[in-house]
Amino acid sequence: MTEEKTHHPEPSYLVNTGKYKGLMSWLTSTDHKRIGLMYMYAMMVFFIVGVLLGEIMRLELFRPGQQFYGPQMYNGLFTLHGIIMIFTVVIPGLAAVFGNFSMPIMIGAKDVAFPRLNLFSFYLYIIGAGIALTSQFMGNGPPDTGWTFYAPYSIQTHTNVVAAVFGAFVLGFSSILTGLNFIVTMHRMRAPGMTFFKMPLFPWSLYATAWIQVLATPIVGITLLMVIAERWLRIGFFDPSLGGDPVLYQHLFWIYSHPAVYIMILPAMGVITEIIPTFAQRKVFGYRAIAVSSLAIALVGYFVWAHHMYTSGMSPTARWIFSLLTFLVAVPSAIKVFNWVTTMYRGSIDMKPPFLFALGFIFLFMIGGMTGLTLGALATNIHVHDTAYVVAHFHYIVFGGVGFAFFAAIHYWYPKMYGRMYNFKRANWAFGFLFIGFNLLYFPQFIIGIMGMPRRYFDYLPQFTLGMQLSFFGGILLLIGIILMITNLFSKKGAIAPANPWGGRTYEWTVPSPPPVENFEVMPVMGEDEEPYDYK
Amino acid sequence: MEHRDDIGAKLGMWVFIFTEILLFGGLFLVYTVMRGRYAADFHSAAHHLNAFIGTINTLVLLISSATVAMSITAVQKGHNKFAVLLLFITLVCAAIFMVNKYFEWGHKFQIGLYPGSDLMLTMNHGQVMFFSLYFFMTGLHMFHLVVGGIILTIVMVKVNSGAINSTRYVLLENGGLYWHLVDLIWIFLFPLLYLIT
Repeated sequence: MTEEKTHHPEPSYLVNTGKYKGLMSWLTSTDHKRIGLMYMYAMMVFFIVGVLLGEIMRLELFRPGQQFYGPQMYNGLFTLHGIIMIFTVVIPGLAAVFGNFSMPIMIGAKDVAFPRLNLFSFYLYIIGAGIALTSQFMGNGPPDTGWTFYAPYSIQTHTNVVAAVFGAFVLGFSSILTGLNFIVTMHRMRAPGMTFFKMPLFPWSLYATAWIQVLATPIVGITLLMVIAERWLRIGFFDPSLGGDPVLYQHLFWIYSHPAVYIMILPAMGVITEIIPTFAQRKVFGYRAIAVSSLAIALVGYFVWAHHMYTSGMSPTARWIFSLLTFLVAVPSAIKVFNWVTTMYRGSIDMKPPFLFALGFIFLFMIGGMTGLTLGALATNIHVHDTAYVVAHFHYIVFGGVGFAFFAAIHYWYPKMYGRMYNFKRANWAFGFLFIGFNLLYFPQFIIGIMGMPRRYFDYLPQFTLGMQLSFFGGILLLIGIILMITNLFSKKGAIAPANPWGGRTYEWTVPSPPPVENFEVMPVMGEDEEPYDYK
Repeated sequence: MEHRDDIGAKLGMWVFIFTEILLFGGLFLVYTVMRGRYAADFHSAAHHLNAFIGTINTLVLLISSATVAMSITAVQKGHNKFAVLLLFITLVCAAIFMVNKYFEWGHKFQIGLYPGSDLMLTMNHGQVMFFSLYFFMTGLHMFHLVVGGIILTIVMVKVNSGAINSTRYVLLENGGLYWHLVDLIWIFLFPLLYLIT
C-alpha cells in the first residue's frame, strides 16, 4: 500500500499552490491542516512564555522572603501565567491543533464544514490573545486578580483588568465557533457508511468537547461582559457595595470554567485512545463505553461547578449535592482509564515515543484525578482549599494530563504533518526529563499544601523551603525536557516518513504523508463489516 | 469543487442560536437572583418603564418576524421582488424599534437615569439593580438587533440581485432564524422588565 503512494500525483498541503506565496499563503489558507499547524505554532509560543513566567515565579519562591521582586509583581505574574496557559494554550489546546489537523481526515472528509469560519476562529484566537497580552503593557499595570477575575476585587483593583477580560471574551468566541464548526462537520461530513458508532474515538471526544464549548462558553462570555460593565458604568451586579452578589459571580464563572476543564481534557483523552490501540496493535477495548463516557463527562461535568466554592458560602444541601456529582463525574473518566489499560493487555506493545508519552499521561492523570476526589470531598476540601495542594492537583490534570497528551499527539501525528520522522532516542530522553521534572516540580506541592502552604502567596514559612526548592529543580528539569523535545522535533529534518509509520488503522494513515490538499484522492467509504480499530 | 450543504449550514445556525440563548441566559439568571432578593424594589422600579412604548415595540418586532418568514416563502416560490419588499418592511420595523428605544432611553438619560449617574446612586440597591439590568439587557438586545439588521440588509441585496433565489436560499433562512432569535429574546425581556410590576 505504501509503495503505491510514494509518487505524489496531488501536491501536499505544505506546497503553496494558491495565489500567495510564503507566509501569506498560510495566513489566507482555509485548509484545516494549515490552520491546525498555525494554531500549533502560536500555542507553542504562548506555552513557552507561560513556562518562563512559571519559572520566574519559582525563582522568587526559592527562599522565604523577598528575593528578586515584590508581591505586586508576583500577583501580576501568576495572573498572566494563568491567563496565557488557560485561555490561549490548554482551552483551545488539542482540539484546535489536532482536531483541526486530524479530525476531518479521520472521518473521511475533505475539510471542516465551514473552512472560512475556521480561519476566522483562528484570527479571533490571535486577536483575543493579543488583547489579553496588551493588558500587561497598557493602563495602570498588569492585572493582579488571578485568571479567575473574582469579584469584587476585579472591579476594585486599579490594574488593567478590562483588557484581560475582553481578551478572554474574544478567545471564548473563537472557541465557540470552533466547537460549532466541529459539531456540524461530524454530523454532516462523515464518510459514507461511517455511522456515529463507527467514528474513531478522537473525533468522538471532540464531539463531546464541541458541545461543551458551545453550551458553556457563552455563560462566561456574558459574565466577563458584566465585569466590564461594572468597571466602566458602575453597574453593581457583583459588587456588594452596590447591592450585588460576589458569590453569584463565582457561580457564573465556574458554570463555564469547570466544564472548561473538560474542554481541555476530553480531546487529550481522545488522543490517548488513538495512540494506545495503535501501539498495542489491538482493537480498543470497550469502544462504545469510551464513546459514551465522553458524552457522560460532558453532561455530568456541566453540573459540578460549585465544588470550586465549598468555602464561598453555600447551603450544606447544595454542597453535598455538588460533592456527590463530583464523585459521579469521576466514573466515566475511570472507565476510560480502565479501557486503556485493558486494551494494552496482551497486545504486542511497541514502545515508541508517542506510546511512552501516553503512558506518562495515564500515570499523571491518575494522580491528578485521585487528588481531585480529595478536593471534591467536603471535609477534606475545607482543609486543603486554596492551598498548594490545589495547585499540584490541577497541574497534574492540566499539564500532566493535557500537556503530556499534547506532546504524545505531536509525536504521534508529526510524521503525518511534515512527512518526516524524528529521532526516537532524543524523544525518549526528552520524555525522561519531562516526566521526572514534572513530578519533582509538582509532587512536593501536594505535601506542602497539606502542611498548610496557601496558593498564590509570594512568601512562605521556613518549613516549606525544602518542598519549594525541590519544585524549583523540578522546574529546571522540565525546562530542559521541553527544550530537548522542541529541538528534536523542529531543528532538523529527519528521514522521510511513510504513509503509515505506526501501523495505525484510522483514515489519516491511508493517505500520503504529508496529505494532499483535499486529503483523499478517492473518498473513503466504510463497509458494512468495517470498524475503526480492526487490528488482527 | 464547491462544497454545498444547506442542512449543515442551518445546523450551524441553530447551534449558534443555542449559544446566543445561553449568553442571554446568564443575564436571565442574574435577573432571577436579583428579583428574588429585591422583589419590592423591582416592583416599584418597573413602574418607571413605559409599557405603552414597550407594547408598540413588541408588536413591531412580531410583524417584522412575520414578514421575514413570508419573504422566505416568497423566495421559495420565485417571487424575489415581493421578498425584497417584505425584507424592506422588516428593516423598517427594526428602524421603528430603534427610534422608539432612542426616545425611551433618551428620556431616561434626560432625567439623569443612566448607569453610574448621581440619581442612580441615591436610589435603593434593588432599584439600581433593576435599571442596571434594564440598560444592560435591552442594550445587548439592541446590539443584536443592529447585527440582525445588517445581516438582513445583505440578504436583501442578494435577493434583489438574484444571488438568493428559489434554488438556493439558505442564507435567507439563516438570516431569518437570527431575526426570530432577536424577536424571541425581546418577547422574554418585555414581560420581565415592563409587565411584571
